[in-house]
Amino acid sequence: MTKKVELAKKAELTESTQAAGATAAPALRAHSPEVSAAKARKWGAFYYAEQVLRVMKGYGWTIVMYGVGQPVAYLFAMGVGLATLVDTNSTAAFGGVSYLVFIAPALLISAAVMTAANEFTFPVMDGFKWRRVYYGPHASPLTPEQIALGQIIAVTVRLLLQSAIYFGVVALFGASPSPWGWASILVATLAGLSFGLPLMAYAASIKEDKGQFAMVMRFIVMPLFLFSGTFFPLDTLPLAVRWIGWTSPIWHGTELGRVLSYGYEEPPLLTIAHLVFLLALCVVGWILTKRQFVKRMGG
Amino acid sequence: MSAITTGRGPGSSSVTEAARNRHFGSLYSRNVRAVVARGLMATKSSNWMVMLSGFFEPVLYLISMGVGLGAIVGSVQGPGGGEISYAAYIAPALLAVSAMNGAVYDSTWNVFFKMNFAKLYQGMLYTSLGPLDVAMGEIFLALLRGLMYATGFTAVMGLMGLITTPWAILMIPAAVLIAFGFASFGMGITSYMKTFQQMDWINFVMLPMFLFSATFYPLSVYPQYIQWLIQAMPLWHGVELLRQISVGVFTPATAVHIGYYLVMIALGVLLTTGRLRKLFLK
Amino acid sequence: MAAHQSRPSSAGSPSAAGAPQYVITAENLTKRYGDVAAVDGISFSVPAGEAFGLLGPNGAGKSTTMKMIGGVSERTSGNLSIMGLDPDQNGPEVRAHLGVVPQQDNLDEELKVRDNLLVYGRYFGLPMSYLKPKADELLEFAQLTDKAKSKVDALSGGMKRRLTIARSLINEPRILLLDEPTTGLDPQARHILWDRLFRLKEQGVTLILTTHYMDEAEQLCDRLIVVDKGRIMAEGSPASLIREYSTREVLELRFGSERNATVGAELEGIGDRLETLPDRVLIYAHDGEAALEEVSARGLRPVTSLVRRSSLEDVFLRLTGRSLVD
Ligand SMILES: Nc1ncnc2c1ncn2[C@@H]1O[C@H](COP(=O)(O)OP(=O)(O)O)[C@@H](O)[C@H]1O
Ligand SMILES: [Mg+2]
Repeated sequence: MTKKVELAKKAELTESTQAAGATAAPALRAHSPEVSAAKARKWGAFYYAEQVLRVMKGYGWTIVMYGVGQPVAYLFAMGVGLATLVDTNSTAAFGGVSYLVFIAPALLISAAVMTAANEFTFPVMDGFKWRRVYYGPHASPLTPEQIALGQIIAVTVRLLLQSAIYFGVVALFGASPSPWGWASILVATLAGLSFGLPLMAYAASIKEDKGQFAMVMRFIVMPLFLFSGTFFPLDTLPLAVRWIGWTSPIWHGTELGRVLSYGYEEPPLLTIAHLVFLLALCVVGWILTKRQFVKRMGG
Repeated sequence: MSAITTGRGPGSSSVTEAARNRHFGSLYSRNVRAVVARGLMATKSSNWMVMLSGFFEPVLYLISMGVGLGAIVGSVQGPGGGEISYAAYIAPALLAVSAMNGAVYDSTWNVFFKMNFAKLYQGMLYTSLGPLDVAMGEIFLALLRGLMYATGFTAVMGLMGLITTPWAILMIPAAVLIAFGFASFGMGITSYMKTFQQMDWINFVMLPMFLFSATFYPLSVYPQYIQWLIQAMPLWHGVELLRQISVGVFTPATAVHIGYYLVMIALGVLLTTGRLRKLFLK
Repeated sequence: MAAHQSRPSSAGSPSAAGAPQYVITAENLTKRYGDVAAVDGISFSVPAGEAFGLLGPNGAGKSTTMKMIGGVSERTSGNLSIMGLDPDQNGPEVRAHLGVVPQQDNLDEELKVRDNLLVYGRYFGLPMSYLKPKADELLEFAQLTDKAKSKVDALSGGMKRRLTIARSLINEPRILLLDEPTTGLDPQARHILWDRLFRLKEQGVTLILTTHYMDEAEQLCDRLIVVDKGRIMAEGSPASLIREYSTREVLELRFGSERNATVGAELEGIGDRLETLPDRVLIYAHDGEAALEEVSARGLRPVTSLVRRSSLEDVFLRLTGRSLVD
């Protein structure tokens, strides 16, 4: 099929070059440097995003398996198993909803943030240091900003896909009563980016691999996951650790997710604050990332 | 310019001659020490903070789930029927999980990486080391690390007031036993792995085992047949064993849990030694 | 699978008679990966103190042969004996006698340069009292003394290669296996390496060397086998191989990519033999200059012409119809 298309294209090209008066010229011609440059200026980020997505497709099967397996396992274990302990002992602690409904948005957001934490660290290190994959496209008409943006676009696609699958499983568990629940797919993606983009800027600044990412996972991602009102309302914790939640994209994302998925009641201003917090982190993260990429690739 | 002495030269050649004429087995050169020494030296010169950080994960879980969720859950029934705090209930389980995770990581991902990417073992195996020296050295290092983490975690439990009996100190060797069970098997299983995608299967098995092995809530919430399934899994025996030790309540089941791990270690060592040629000599 | 002798025979010790002492003997050595025969029934023997080469293009089976000698890859069939021992049965014991420089450096990236040598020595069960001065001596030998405390990561390709060679000498091996020791190095680094290998040879170390560079084979090897597709094509000293399979000189002519293929007929009869390659035409003759004069006399005007001595490259071309480096 595709081969036929290729051949047809080739034939067409040959005809047009012959028409242009070329004698016995080779069949294929690249478009002129001017056209390349113009196209790259306009679509460069998407070209690079395509490359990253193609690489991801290599482990696409794993992504889907995780995407489905992880929510099923967590929702069963926590939302059903652990719930038997939690719901019998205290009914009012979760604002009148079941424990399953309470943790579903938190798990969805956390999964997106953890995926972002992976996708914005190791691949970036790979790009600059390990296999230096960024330097290939850098020798083409693409700019460093476009390479960074391309990577971000690709990860965003993955986050959207993963969150959609996750939400599908949540819905099957009946854990998203509100008709607005689907919007938490977008919130999860946003939360992932708001944590991932500043991290990406940091990853792009690392010159020597000393296991920094393992430290990030253990000292930042893990605490955020465990102290962001994920498994219990944040106010259950003593003030000494409650601030962790306030600084955490997971908490802000989770609270938004709860508003959307079961109409959790909080002051509207607070809801707006969550959104602004997440967006602000994204913007700051992007600016820092862009600066780092330009600097690192000799801009 | 210096000339270097070779086997025929004068000087130190008697030392190298002696090293050559030691007694060797076909897969073993009785030199596990060298592999262990290498591991310790590598840890020392790399970022030891990374290694230390592994200890914090179960501690964070304990604080979050034990303190935060514990406030809502209240007390639960421990082994032997006594009421214990939720934190005291999950702490030994988290220790068992951490022993499993550490041992599995060290014997699978770590070995896979050093084999296929760092090419470390290729270098080692061109010396008079045999594959059995390498395997035993790596397992020993994994257990040493497990021992350190278990000691640290038990100390944290003590600080949080979760230890009520001197028996609890036995959780440390028991955690090493659990780690040994998983490490001996993990390395054998790694010998079947060829790609990163296949390595991901390991996580697919570990995550449900972590979540469902009576770690955060008692087995009784499940229907009978699921209980049986989970009781067949190694982690559940580790969780139960440590939970019993933590309160000093022992039953005939204790012997079953320990027996389970002894059998697992025996089979795992058998599997790994049987697969050594496949693992290291392609 | 061949299971035979388990203790060292007399191979390593001084001989009573003047017969050559073989430290390595391979008979019908074969290694298959699935359907692919990487090594397809090769036989050779190497006497102590010789510099023995395996010359062949990529994929010929050189590295596979080296791995079997080192006992890190089990052979499919045939016999192999190193110092009278079977490496598949007595891996650790055989390797105790060897120093190995694999095709790809596998230095311990987690350790510093000097520690690489110390730790590697420990693998042979050598004591620190021996290893510390030895490591310094070898660093000197490899011109890496000032890098002793560096990370391996920070070394250049040539330095890493030299460190790998230094490492292979830590146990004072009698047999050194070198798999493409200079591939990927710049010319200067290659010459430094060759110099070091010469010295080892002078000290009586048996060198087993693979390469796909004919100049390397000519410089370093007393004797070599030419391998292709897992089989031995020819065996002998570099000079005797050239004498047997080639002429004294070669005339290389380039006529441009279109003409090379068609000019053959017009060159008929000049020299002993003619080879047409995509980019040039080779005329094998005892006297290259005379052949060139004849070409001019026939009114042919090559774009470039070159007269040179025959090399192992020509031997390989003659034997296989292909060139060594593609
Ligand atoms: N581990 C392996 N698995 C499958 N095929 C292999 C393996 N190692 C080598 N080969 C194949 O065996 C042949 C010989 O390889 P090798 O010994 O590396 O050649 P050389 O060193 O002469 O370049 C090649 O065709 C190669 O693809
Ligand atoms: Mg090779």
